[in-house]
Amino acid sequence: MMSFSEIETVSKRASKATGYSWGISEEIGKSIRILEMFNLPGISTLNQYLKKIKNNHPKKLKNILKINKSDDELCPIYTGVSILDNCNQLEDLNIIKFFNINYPLLIIPFLSRSSEIINKPIHVILDEGKYILNSNKTIFTNIEKSNNSKISKELTIQFEEDKNLFTDTEWKELYKLSEDTFVPETDSLKNSAAGAGLTDND
Amino acid sequence: MINIELRHPEDVMKLSRLGSFHQSKLSFLRSFIREFKNWEFNRDIFDLDKDGYGVVVYSVRKNKRIYSLICFSQHINADERSDRVIATKWDAAFVLHDGVPTKNDIERLKENVPKQEIGRMSNKELALSRANKSVRIFDHVVNSLSSGKQPDVNLLNKVGYLYRTTAVYGSGKFGLADRFRIKDRKEICGPFRLEMMLVYLVRQFTFDQINHISKMKNPNEFVSLDKKIAKNLGIGNSTGLGMAPFIVNHPTLLHQWIYNREKALKEIRSIKDVSKKEIEHFKFCLEKSKKIIDTWYTDSKYQNKKIKSLKNDLIKFNEYFSSLKFISKKYLWNEIFLWIDKYLDEECSEYLISMMMEPYDNIIEPLVKNMSSDEEKYFNIPSSRKLIELKKIIETKYKSILNINFNDKKSNTFFWFISKNKEEPRIANRFGEYGSNLEQPLAIARDIKKVYEKISNENLSKTVADFLVDNDELRHVIRRIFISEKFQYSEIQDNTISETLIPIDMLRLKLSFFGAQKFDPRSNKWLRICMYQGAPLVNEIKNSDDTWIYDSIN
Repeated sequence: MMSFSEIETVSKRASKATGYSWGISEEIGKSIRILEMFNLPGISTLNQYLKKIKNNHPKKLKNILKINKSDDELCPIYTGVSILDNCNQLEDLNIIKFFNINYPLLIIPFLSRSSEIINKPIHVILDEGKYILNSNKTIFTNIEKSNNSKISKELTIQFEEDKNLFTDTEWKELYKLSEDTFVPETDSLKNSAAGAGLTDND
Repeated sequence: MINIELRHPEDVMKLSRLGSFHQSKLSFLRSFIREFKNWEFNRDIFDLDKDGYGVVVYSVRKNKRIYSLICFSQHINADERSDRVIATKWDAAFVLHDGVPTKNDIERLKENVPKQEIGRMSNKELALSRANKSVRIFDHVVNSLSSGKQPDVNLLNKVGYLYRTTAVYGSGKFGLADRFRIKDRKEICGPFRLEMMLVYLVRQFTFDQINHISKMKNPNEFVSLDKKIAKNLGIGNSTGLGMAPFIVNHPTLLHQWIYNREKALKEIRSIKDVSKKEIEHFKFCLEKSKKIIDTWYTDSKYQNKKIKSLKNDLIKFNEYFSSLKFISKKYLWNEIFLWIDKYLDEECSEYLISMMMEPYDNIIEPLVKNMSSDEEKYFNIPSSRKLIELKKIIETKYKSILNINFNDKKSNTFFWFISKNKEEPRIANRFGEYGSNLEQPLAIARDIKKVYEKISNENLSKTVADFLVDNDELRHVIRRIFISEKFQYSEIQDNTISETLIPIDMLRLKLSFFGAQKFDPRSNKWLRICMYQGAPLVNEIKNSDDTWIYDSIN
């Protein structure tokens, strides 16, 4: 079994060899490590993607809009780095759509790290399923490992509002139940509690 | 109260000064010995043939935690013995295993550990190493012990060890456990703890093996290696350029090491009333250490010049120190430091700074616990910040680097690369050798200057993110600039590709934090050192004193 340190180093070097800069390659190394740590097929996907672009290095996405359509297939790495670098501003767009993004799994760790920076969950909806990313601590997905697509027709990123998933009623009911762990205060307990009998007007 | 500042990074982080660092109480092998005192030691398996070839397993235990060193020794021919990283066979190979190895583990490791880089470890293994005999010493000791005599101490002093390691690997190399798996273990709280543990146990193996071989050779006349002589033997190490990129690639860790050393100095200089006992302890360690300098043998002109400068400056210091009236002085260490800084060369200055730490367990111990770094936390670039902020950081943190003219060939002579055959870092002349197009991102000073020149022509109200869209070839170094904003000692304030670069300065910096002694450069690209010379033997460690480092030959 390869260690995560080996996974990161080899991914970084292979990416540099394929034409990415050292700085971007460092980001790729970190991202593939994240995917593999979350038991997602990072090495396998990167390997396929780097083979695909070996002789035709992808273009960068200069500017991210609410809807990003291009005649070219989008590079998941440049797109991911661009989102990472601009996540604080992009959050305001709430929902962002990308069309024709290559090997979309490779964008996931960048979004996972963005979720950590903005401290909000990010939902990613792909043609074949969904990812829920939470502060780079968890990645939930309903996509089978073997079912990672080579290109996503449509990829939607949704910055989730920082809100609870339960209703007020549910909260109140549970809170009421929790009160059953408290001891009711009798007069004698009140008289002997900390600070009792003293004046604070001193 | 006087206000004493930390030394400025522009002074401390110059390679000539970093390359003059010496071991100190902060060094990892010394803090390891202090921490290791309450561990239980066992020799679990000793299965060597009459020539000392086979398997030995040692274990160390503290509470429920057990680590085992598994040693494999084998016969190799003289022409196969090489210190170079391109070697493929070694006299002995070692692995530190997490827990007690099963028979299956030992069989698996037997197939892999002796192969080193081309073997595979599992995440149950924590550190990997190999070592070769110092043949001239090893044979002499075996011949002596087997004929009932102790070896010639003068000969042993010249070398200082029976074996020298040629690599010690950890942190996920070749399938070893990643650092994150063990970094929160309380019993191993400093950097390179497990590597230090491995080397210390290897030292015990060398004694046990040589006694065994000598006994097998002549059971009737054999005597065991005298414990005092054994104590004076450490473990050698041959180190090449592999270490140099480490200190560039781990900026926050480098900062932690240097910062804690500088913090120690600052706290010591800030002591208003220095006690007689503290002065006596300083003098005691200094006097003992001076004798050891005489055992630093090297053919290196570079190193001999440094040793000569150290010896001369120590004479000057002695004259000055003898003339001081200690008791009446306030802030005595500060006064001494200011004198040292003014009148002595870097080699001796740094030597005496290490010595000044000796009386102060109370200052050093808390710092030892802060020598690690959570590097991941600082990886993200704060790209929403403006170029004007980036420019200001460069102007503040890299002042002297901005003065380097990289259009001058002399400032741009070398390039760092990874060799294809052993995947090891190397350095070569850019104008004479092939491969500079595959340069590693280690020319930090040059790239910092590139960033500065580029952003000087930009609209400075732009964000870093906007700048990076068209300049991602500078991304790796922009990351570092923001790190240096938070961590003042994270960067070497020198040019790592200059014609005047002496790469062993970079190695010595790291080795001094390990606690290495006897720096013996074999060229300006590799050197030999000695570790644990004078260290307590495993059965003495419980009652050992931290000044053991000055006990060798005394």
